[in-house]
Amino acid sequence: MESVAIELKNITKRFGTIVANSNVNLTVNHGEILSLLGENGSGKTTLMNMIAGIYYPDEGQIFIDGSEVVIRSPKDAFNYKIGMIHQHFKLVDVFTAAQNIVLGLKEDGKFNIKNANKKVEEISTKYGFDIDPNKKIYEMSVSEKQTVEIIKVLYRGADILILDEPTAVLTPQETQKLFAVLRRMRDDGKAIIIITHKLHEVLSLSDRVAVLRKGEHIGTVITAETNESDLTEMMVGKKINLNIDRSEPVNPQDRLVVRDVDCISRDGVKLLDNVSFTARSGEILGIAGIAGSGQRELLEAIAGLQHLNSGEIIYNNPKSGNSENLRDKTPMQIRDLGVRLSFVPEDRLGMGLVGNMDIVDNMMLRSYRKGNSMFLQRKEPKNLADDIIKQLEVVTPSANTPVRRLSGGNVQKVLVGREISASPTVLMAAYPVRGLDINSSYMIYNLLNQQKEKGVSVIFVGEDLDVLIELCDRIMVIGSGRVTGIVDGRTATKEEIGLLMTKTDSTDMHGGDQQ
Amino acid sequence: MKSHEKGTREPLFNIVKRSDIVWWKAWLIRTLAIVFALVVCALVIVVLTGYNPLQVYTAMFKGSFGSKRKTMVLLQNLAMLLCISLAVTPAFKMRFWNLGAEGQVLVGGLASAACMFYVKDGMSNAMLLVIMFVASIVAGIIWAVIPAVFKAKWGTNESLFTLMMNYVAIQLVSFFIMFWVPNGSSVMGIINQSTESGWIPNLFGQKYLFNIIVVAVLTAVMFIYLKYSKHGYEISVVGESENTARYIGINVKKVIIRTMMISGAICGLAGFLLVAGTNHTVSKNLAGGMGFTAIMVSWLAKFNPILMVITSFLIVFLQKGAGEIAMTFRLNESVSDILTGIIIFFIIGCEFFINYKINIHSKHKEG
Repeated sequence: MESVAIELKNITKRFGTIVANSNVNLTVNHGEILSLLGENGSGKTTLMNMIAGIYYPDEGQIFIDGSEVVIRSPKDAFNYKIGMIHQHFKLVDVFTAAQNIVLGLKEDGKFNIKNANKKVEEISTKYGFDIDPNKKIYEMSVSEKQTVEIIKVLYRGADILILDEPTAVLTPQETQKLFAVLRRMRDDGKAIIIITHKLHEVLSLSDRVAVLRKGEHIGTVITAETNESDLTEMMVGKKINLNIDRSEPVNPQDRLVVRDVDCISRDGVKLLDNVSFTARSGEILGIAGIAGSGQRELLEAIAGLQHLNSGEIIYNNPKSGNSENLRDKTPMQIRDLGVRLSFVPEDRLGMGLVGNMDIVDNMMLRSYRKGNSMFLQRKEPKNLADDIIKQLEVVTPSANTPVRRLSGGNVQKVLVGREISASPTVLMAAYPVRGLDINSSYMIYNLLNQQKEKGVSVIFVGEDLDVLIELCDRIMVIGSGRVTGIVDGRTATKEEIGLLMTKTDSTDMHGGDQQ
Repeated sequence: MKSHEKGTREPLFNIVKRSDIVWWKAWLIRTLAIVFALVVCALVIVVLTGYNPLQVYTAMFKGSFGSKRKTMVLLQNLAMLLCISLAVTPAFKMRFWNLGAEGQVLVGGLASAACMFYVKDGMSNAMLLVIMFVASIVAGIIWAVIPAVFKAKWGTNESLFTLMMNYVAIQLVSFFIMFWVPNGSSVMGIINQSTESGWIPNLFGQKYLFNIIVVAVLTAVMFIYLKYSKHGYEISVVGESENTARYIGINVKKVIIRTMMISGAICGLAGFLLVAGTNHTVSKNLAGGMGFTAIMVSWLAKFNPILMVITSFLIVFLQKGAGEIAMTFRLNESVSDILTGIIIFFIIGCEFFINYKINIHSKHKEG
């Protein structure tokens, strides 16, 4: 039964001078999965937020089941049976699944948790969810939390479901499970929109694909009649080569040896549990794992920002031949030892850069202490800023523009450019392409490869397994703060890494750097 | 049905954050705000008092520039307010909410007064002034550094801490006045009236010129310190993002303590100038709320010392004008307070329109 569930006509939304959506037309049918594909910043989420009642369009009309509607708040959206599952979950940690699901509902009569539990179970069996209504949110994995969010909108009777990047936080296995559920919902007659930028997911799941580019609707195609390279071309606007060149490591030396590292949080949770590995010069070591498995703590410990409870981090200085233990040293002390360590942190504007400062002042962050004068020397940083803007093609009005005004990709170029300019011997990058468009992403991969060829030991924390497998020489997988395996990037498969990511029993995996 | 009807009505307007605004537009909005403020004030004047608003505004202007003496008083008040604003600025830039300027000025003034009280004879005036200067600054530093240490080491809330230190300072001043004044009066008279020891001498026959020059120099120094020195850079980084500061190896605790020492030192200096150069006595009202007004001055100028000259002038000008109209027209003081309130409300309120834009929906769906 093909009937139009929701139709958007000439939707336009501006933020200041930025046009987030321009004249977008889109229809979604009942019993259909539509992928909304586009690069970061192409306006996918903004468009969906207008359906979900979070933003209000500047121009244009929305039709539901053929009649025009005005959606001013999430409550209006809910009245029209629209439910959105946001990228960041909105759940109360200390409540159970069922309590979260019924939260905020105004049902007649006395509140009855038993009925709620029953209804939740009904929904679960119908679509094949696997959930315990009495489990508290803080005890749940990311995938379970997502399930709660989905049941929450179904419980409210949603017929049109919008999922914003639902697979970003899932393992390959969990993704397959989610897709199965979504297919069952589609067969039940629901209209489903998923926002994504992962091409292979689009191809395996959806019936039709709508592509947005820079806020404009480029076109909608039937999935069966398209392929990856056509979709990329629609997304980016030109043909691009999606291959990453991987050279063989030349003369790898042990540069950084991490041994039996433990890190315990203030609440007594083991963030890092007996982590051991070796990073070698001239190779890229990938780190894979579900977000929050200890990747951040590990990198910050190496950079001198995280206190460790035990273990050691040995740096072999290629110039002097000395070995230094970096554990529990401050960033200053590490630098004073002559360790040339560069770090591109996950939180670019909150840690790597200062958003309100201009590019020149951000260049100075690493070098402003130079010299004995009590005043700043802005000439060298200015030259460096100009070089980076030119070489990495940073799009900016000038070197004196605050970095927070730049787009995500340009912010990252500024940060990576600065870190590479220090000619490091170890370069750590955490999720360096998150939020970047395809062109910028490939530029970053190339920069990492260049560093590797220069003999730098590169540590790359990534989330896209396809990229990790294509880029890295070795991939270390961590789960819940433990190393669950180190695999060869040239032979590993996605499924293998996915299994290691969720592996809980890793007693046989200590000393994992034996490859 | 009803909910559907409700759902089809479009919102009348929505508010959008501006990404950027041209400088002249921002200043146009500010100018308009002052014009509107004056119009509203005029209405209030006519309704409440029946006077001609133009006359009232003339009187207001005369409050500051009516005579040479009045202008000097204006400059003196401006200098003191600016001095305290300069003191809180480095702390604020670091996002350390120093609400304790009032107390820091008070203990500085108290230290000066104590020196004047105890060291009467046997010392040259210049020597005594140097001692007072040092004592005031040390007192200000102590008062500021206590909350800074607690914040740096144990993460205590600095707003509450500095605020409470104000009350301690007030009580301390009350105690010493009781202790010093023999007849148990709660008012300390002019100290060293006859000898004038510990008084800052007149420069070129002008009583307040010394204070004004000191603050002018301080403004320039603070501007350079914040913008061109490594310390100033560290303050900005810590203020914008403590994580970034840690990441590049700035010792955040050290910067917090050092910056609050500067903040306290300048407050102490303000106390010294007030006691030695202006009042020659100490009282609970020495800072007279300037410790709090300074916060507004600093914020309105976006922590730029040069712009703070303008904002503190504006505040002082309004205060003087309000006092003058209350006197000339024999109005209740409250009327002038209302006028000042209206003007400040408009000036602060217009920042909203500089940061946000209001889109009014036109009816484009007709027909």
